[in-house]
Amino acid sequence: MRKSPGENSTAGKPRRGRGEVGEGRNLGQPAERGRAEAGIDEGRRWLVGAAAVSALVLAPGVSLIAYAEAAGRRAAGASSKTRWGLLIDTTKCKASCSVCVAACSSYNGWKNEGRPTDPQWIRKVQVSDPKTGFSRSVPVMCQHCGNAPCVEVCPTGASFKRADGIVLVDRHICIGCRFCMMACPYKARSFISENLTNQKPWAPRGKGTVEGCTLCVPRIDAGKIPACVEACSREGGGAMTFGNLKDPQSAIRRALAEYPAAQLRADLMLDPGVRYRGL
Amino acid sequence: MSAIHYREIEGQSAGFWALAALLTAFMAAGLTAAYFMAHIGHIITGMTNQVVWGMPHVFAVFLIVAASGALNTASIASVFARVAYKPLARLSGLLAIALLLGGLAILVLDLGRPDRLGLAMTHYNFRSIFAWNIFLYTGFLALTGWYLWVMMERRLNRYTRVVGTAAFLWRLILTTGTGSIFGFLVARQPYDEAIMAPMFIVMSLSFGLAIFILVLMAAFKGTGRPLGDEILMRLKNLLGVFAAAVLYFLLAFHLTKLYEAKFRGAEAFLLWNGGIYTFLFWFGAVLLGGVLPMLLFWLPQTRRSRAAVVWGSASVLVGGLALMYDIIIGGQAWPLSIFPGMHVSSSFYDGVVNFYAPSLPEFALGLGGCALALFIALFALKLLPFLPETLADEKVRPK
Repeated sequence: MRKSPGENSTAGKPRRGRGEVGEGRNLGQPAERGRAEAGIDEGRRWLVGAAAVSALVLAPGVSLIAYAEAAGRRAAGASSKTRWGLLIDTTKCKASCSVCVAACSSYNGWKNEGRPTDPQWIRKVQVSDPKTGFSRSVPVMCQHCGNAPCVEVCPTGASFKRADGIVLVDRHICIGCRFCMMACPYKARSFISENLTNQKPWAPRGKGTVEGCTLCVPRIDAGKIPACVEACSREGGGAMTFGNLKDPQSAIRRALAEYPAAQLRADLMLDPGVRYRGL
Repeated sequence: MSAIHYREIEGQSAGFWALAALLTAFMAAGLTAAYFMAHIGHIITGMTNQVVWGMPHVFAVFLIVAASGALNTASIASVFARVAYKPLARLSGLLAIALLLGGLAILVLDLGRPDRLGLAMTHYNFRSIFAWNIFLYTGFLALTGWYLWVMMERRLNRYTRVVGTAAFLWRLILTTGTGSIFGFLVARQPYDEAIMAPMFIVMSLSFGLAIFILVLMAAFKGTGRPLGDEILMRLKNLLGVFAAAVLYFLLAFHLTKLYEAKFRGAEAFLLWNGGIYTFLFWFGAVLLGGVLPMLLFWLPQTRRSRAAVVWGSASVLVGGLALMYDIIIGGQAWPLSIFPGMHVSSSFYDGVVNFYAPSLPEFALGLGGCALALFIALFALKLLPFLPETLADEKVRPK
């Protein structure tokens, strides 16, 4: 199983994400540096200078070693004992609320300015039954399918599924053919049509490649929950439950055992990791 | 039939160089478009996150489909042993290769990351029909090249039937693969039919033969070689049958779709109220691609006319491009049905017919690929003896 760019640890055993690895490791705090320098006599000050220069020269290398260590930890990989999933209670999701979208956009660094070329990793879809007037507002994102069509059609294997069920795009081998976008029944993927700046280090994105919801994989690997779920529980209606679908004791699993929940396009038998209650 | 003599075209005339210059200009425009698409991004095209495959794919798939059909005449000669077609076999193989290269060039240059072509050749996901196609394309090029070699090397002529049969079978598989790119797309209602694979094969027979006839007539006229009615009338009759077969497959395809309630919305869009897509289907694919050529080829007033052969073949091509646009763009313009039976709306264009307007760079890239195919064919004709010296009736008629 190939690993995601942001994957650092076994899912379910929280470790630091790549963005956090090695931060502040090589240069101590200013106060500590000051104490160390106080005890050095004037004649040897050049030694300190040389050490500082060496540190500056070596720092990137040392950081690289830190990254290499992180990469070594990655060998453990995501665990197939876990299947990450989302349960969305549409009865609690208000049409006027889009904090999940804002949180995703903010954390992952994508922007929707209303153009048809803009990416949207998650969107609110207003759904109504024309015969009855029944309506719901539903967040739709990558459904992290067990039988993901995007993974099946990708010619290079850039679209892939981790052992823990998270479907990702390896931006290093995506050739930008967009076949995955043709194959996805949920319109969950976006193609980047122009140069990008200020990408988030934990969410690699680039012109000419395809992207979509990662379920905030760096956060999951760091033991946190996806940004949308966190935002929904904090500022929204608390409509999203995230958890391990394979753990009978998890909140998501217990909720799914208690109430019926729908899969989008269940007829396609794609085994999505995202379920909807109240649809 | 007497022995066939093949000869290179001279390629010295002003007309030859003017054509070469024109094709070069189109190729340069295509490369320029590709450069800007890679440098600035697909933002300069009409493609969006709704319509992800655009005009370049229309041209590319059209050429790739036509490539396998261009091999028709060679297959008729080698596999089905019709001697009258034998003098055409070399040109047939050449066009197959040239058209495929033109189509592939467009596909590659349209990639979001065309610089990663090498990566596409080294990383394979064998569950992907796209990955299979990479093998099918390269295999077709190799096999057709080998086929040309055994046809052109007298000592190897005895292998022509074996290699020709292999190439024939391969082209059937190749176009099955091309059709399946769409047929396997279960997510989209306008696709998702197994019949798309054989339908693409029949489309290839029609488009490929139309291009073959036009190139054959142009090459013989340009070089002043005699081209008798005998072979030409056979070819246009065959093209008429192929055009009719395409109509039959379209009928079967759409009837199947119409029978299933879940597809009726998409069908109504494509066949009845889809604006440009409805127009392109009825006026382009059906009328120009099928009905008009058949009338031109078989009405008593025009059935012996060479002009009718030219116009009929050109009509097949225009209708074929319209059909390809209808399939590729029309199929994406119809929104995905994520919540069947419900009204939906969102900031991501859910539930609405997707807008697409092809841009100049897309046309430039598509036409550049067509120019590349013709350029390859033009210079190959100059370099190697692909064309028979004569196709006069007395030479063609079996003795």
